[in-house]
Amino acid sequence: MDNVLEIENITKEFPGVKALKGVSFEVKRGEVHALVGENGAGKSTLMKILSGVYTPTTGKIRLDGKEVIFNDPKQAQQLGVSIIHQEFSLIPYLSSVDNIFLGREKKGANRLLDRKKMRKEAEEVLQRLNANIDLNKPVAHLSVANQQFIEIAKAIAIDTKVLIFDEPTASLTGKEIDKLFELIEKLKADGVTIIYISHHLDEILHMCDRMTCLRDGEWVGTREVKDVSKQDIVKMMVGREIVNVFPEKPTGNGKAEILLDVKRLHNKSVADIQFSLKKGEIIGIAGLVGSGRTETVRALIGADPAQEKDVYINGQKVDIKNPTDALSHGIALIPESRKTQGLVLNMTIKNNISLPILKDLSSFLGLINKKKEDGVIEKSIQDLLIKTPSSQQLVKNLSGGNQQKVVLAKWLNTDCKILIFDEPTRGIDIGAKEEIYKLMRNLADKGLSIIMISSELPEILGMSDRVLVMHKGRIKAEINGTETTSEKVMYYATGGGDV
Amino acid sequence: MSQLELNYQRKTVNVKEMFKNPEMLTLIGFFILCVFFSIASEQFLTGNNISNIIRQVSINGILAVGMTFVILTGGIDLSVGSVMAFTGTIMAGMMINMGMPPIVAVLLGILLGAALGYINGLFVAHARIPAIIVTLAMMEVARGAALLYTGGYPLSGLPSSYAFIGRGDLFGIIPMPAVIMVLVFIIAYIILNHLPIGRYIYAIGGNEEAVRLSGVKVKRVKAFVYLVSGVTAAISGLIMTSRLSSGQPMAGEGYELDAIAAVVLGGTSIAGGRGHIFGTILGALLLGVLSNGLNLMGVSPYVQRVLKGAIIVGAIYYSSVRQKD
Ligand SMILES: Nc1ncnc2c1ncn2[C@@H]1O[C@H](COP(=O)(O)OP(=O)(O)OP(=O)(O)O)[C@@H](O)[C@H]1O
Ligand SMILES: [Mg+2]
Repeated sequence: MDNVLEIENITKEFPGVKALKGVSFEVKRGEVHALVGENGAGKSTLMKILSGVYTPTTGKIRLDGKEVIFNDPKQAQQLGVSIIHQEFSLIPYLSSVDNIFLGREKKGANRLLDRKKMRKEAEEVLQRLNANIDLNKPVAHLSVANQQFIEIAKAIAIDTKVLIFDEPTASLTGKEIDKLFELIEKLKADGVTIIYISHHLDEILHMCDRMTCLRDGEWVGTREVKDVSKQDIVKMMVGREIVNVFPEKPTGNGKAEILLDVKRLHNKSVADIQFSLKKGEIIGIAGLVGSGRTETVRALIGADPAQEKDVYINGQKVDIKNPTDALSHGIALIPESRKTQGLVLNMTIKNNISLPILKDLSSFLGLINKKKEDGVIEKSIQDLLIKTPSSQQLVKNLSGGNQQKVVLAKWLNTDCKILIFDEPTRGIDIGAKEEIYKLMRNLADKGLSIIMISSELPEILGMSDRVLVMHKGRIKAEINGTETTSEKVMYYATGGGDV
Repeated sequence: MSQLELNYQRKTVNVKEMFKNPEMLTLIGFFILCVFFSIASEQFLTGNNISNIIRQVSINGILAVGMTFVILTGGIDLSVGSVMAFTGTIMAGMMINMGMPPIVAVLLGILLGAALGYINGLFVAHARIPAIIVTLAMMEVARGAALLYTGGYPLSGLPSSYAFIGRGDLFGIIPMPAVIMVLVFIIAYIILNHLPIGRYIYAIGGNEEAVRLSGVKVKRVKAFVYLVSGVTAAISGLIMTSRLSSGQPMAGEGYELDAIAAVVLGGTSIAGGRGHIFGTILGALLLGVLSNGLNLMGVSPYVQRVLKGAIIVGAIYYSSVRQKD
C-alpha cells in the first residue's frame, strides 16, 4: 500500500498557543486511520490544516506524493480532501439539496440553477449512504443524525480521496452509530481513505486499521491497531494508566431524604413524568435520542413551557416559571449543546464562567468585584484542567473538549443543590472524563443531587445510583443502580415492556 | 472585552496586535484628519472652532452611547432622532407655555425619553418584534407627536438661564455639552464594564439562549438598553433645544444614522456582542471633525455625504480585513 498523505513537520501557532509542534506521519491509501489525543492536543487543528481551513506555520503536506498548499477548503476539496467538522457547518434554513451543493451549484444551459439535476444527484448520494431523508425540509428541522448524513453527503458528492471525520459519533446514538460504521466500511470499499478522530476508544479498536496519537501538539506514535490494546492507547494519550474510570458507588444511601419530587410533568413532548431525587444521589436518565430526556429537564427548569407541573423541593411545592426561578431554587441545568445553549463563543473564558454568578460576585453598589471574580475563575481553570494560555482567551478558540469544561465550570460555581447534566462528557477525553466523574461523585458525597442524561451506556451504568429509562416521551422503567445491565436499559429504551 | 484592555492586563503591548484593534484604527484616523485639516485650514485649530466641534460632537456622542448599548445586544434604535426632537419640544413647551422651572421640565423630558425607549424595549423583548420595525414605528410616532405638539412651528422664548446648558462653558472654558457627554460616558462605562448588567448586555449579543439558561432575565436587560437609548436621546434633545434656544420639531432628522455610524466606526459589531464605549466616542469625534473640517474647506455638503459614506464603509472594510488572519 502506498501513502496517500504525507504530513511532514507541521507546526501551527496561534497567538499565545503552539497548537502543533512539528508533527509528521503518513496515511496509507485506503486505510481507516484513527487520530487520538487529549482535549487540546491539536487533532482538530491538524485536520483543519489538511482540509485547507488553516495554513500551517511551517511544514509540508504531500498528497499522492506531490507537495500541496491549500489556501482554502474549496481548493482542498477539489484536490480530494474533505472534512466533516466537529461542529457542524450546515446552513440551517436551506434544504438538504441546497446544502449539499452549496458553493458548487449546478447550472443549466440558461445559467439558472438546475434544481432537478441537483435533486437527482443528491438522491443518488443519499442512496449510496442508505439514508432516507426528506430532501425538502430545511436541515434545521432534521435530527442531528440526519444532519450529519447531509454533512457526509456534502463531502462525498464530490470525488473524495481522503475524508476526515472529526468526532462524528459525539452526537449520535446506538443504531445511528452502527449506520455510520457501515457507511465508513462502504466508503473504504470504494477506495476512500478515512481519517477518524474520536474519544471513543472502542470505536477505534473496532473500526480502524492504524492509529496516530498526539499529545500537547506533538506526535507520540503511530501504530497498527491490531497490535494495541485500549490500555495502550490510553497510556499513549495521557501518559499514565487509567484503571478505573468510574469512582466507586456508595452503598446504602437508600435512606436519604427526598430532595426533589416531580409528581407530575406534562407538555407537548413528554407525558406523565414522575420521579424523585434523593439527597446525595446520582440518577441517570437513559434513552435514545429524541426519547424526551432533554425535553423533560428543560420543562422542569422552565426553559420550555409545561401544561402541568407539580414539583416539590424538600416537601415544599415550588413554582418554576423560568430558568431564573430554577436557579433561585437551586436547580441548574448544564445544557447539552455547548455551542447554542452553553456558551457565548465570542466572550472570554472568564466572562462565560462568571455569567450565572455575577450577582454573587458583585458587592459595593453592585459593582463586580474583579479580584474576587479572577480568583474564582483561576480556581475553576485549575480544578477542571482547562487548557488555555489565560482566562482572557475567547471561548471559540478553545478545543471542543475544553469548551465543554468551561460549561461545566460555569455551573459548578453556582451553589445549586440539584445539578442536571445533559451529556456531560460529550467530546471529552478519557483523562478529563475520569476527573469529571470523580467530581460528580464528590459533589454527590457532599450532599448535592445529580441528574445525568447520557447516551453513553457505560457512563449510565458506571455512575448512576438509579436509572430512569425513557422512551417516546415517557419514563418506561426505573432500575436500581446495582441491578442495571446494558441489556436491561436497551430493552426499555427501544420500547420493550410495552403492551 | 476590548483588545485594548486585554493587552493592558497582560502588561504587554504587542504593536501588531494593537493595529488589529478597530478602536486603534479610529484613533489613528482621527489624528490624521486633525493634522490634515489644521494644515488645510487656518481656522481649524482656533479655540472657537474647537469649541464648536465639541458642541456638535456632544449631541451625536451622547446619542451614540445609547446606541452602543442597543447595538451590543444585537438590536438597533432608529427612533433616537425623533425622540430627541419630541422630548426637546416638550421640554421647551413646558417651560414656555406652562412656565415650569427648567429643572422640572428637564427631568420630565428625560422621563419621557425613558418611557418612549422602554416602550420600544417592551415591544422588542416581550412581543419579539424585530427592533428595526419597532423603532422605525417609534421614529414616525415621535416625529408626528413633536409636529402635532408644536403645530409644526418652533417653540421659542426659552428662559435665558436655560441657554447655559447648550452654549455655556464650565469655569468659562469647558463647553457644557462636553461636560454632559463626559458624564454620560462615565456612567455608561461603569454600567458596561463594572455592573453585571453590562456583562449581560455583551453576552446577549453573543448568544441570547445561553444567557437565558444562565438564569438571567434577558427580557429585562433588553428592555433596559432601549430605555437607556431613550434617555440619551432626551439628553441630546435637552442640549439641542438649549443651543437653538427653541424647541424645533424637525430637529435631529437623520441623527440616528450618524449615531449608528459613530458606533460602528468605533469598532462595535453591528451583529452585537463585541465593542467598546471608548470606540464609540472616538467614532463620534472622527465624524464631527470630518464634517467640520470639510465645511471649513468649503466642500459642498453633497460631496460631504458621499465622502462620509465612503469613509464608513472603507474603515469597516479595512478593520475587518485586519482582524481576520
Ligand atoms: N483559532 C484559535 N486561536 C487560538 N488558539 C486555538 C485556536 N484553535 C485552536 N486553538 C488552541 O490549539 C490547541 C489545539 O486545539 P484543537 O482544537 O486542535 O484540539 P483537539 O485535539 O481537537 O481537542 P478536542 O479533543 O478537545 O477537540 C488548543 O489549546 C486550542 O485552545
Ligand atoms: Mg477537536
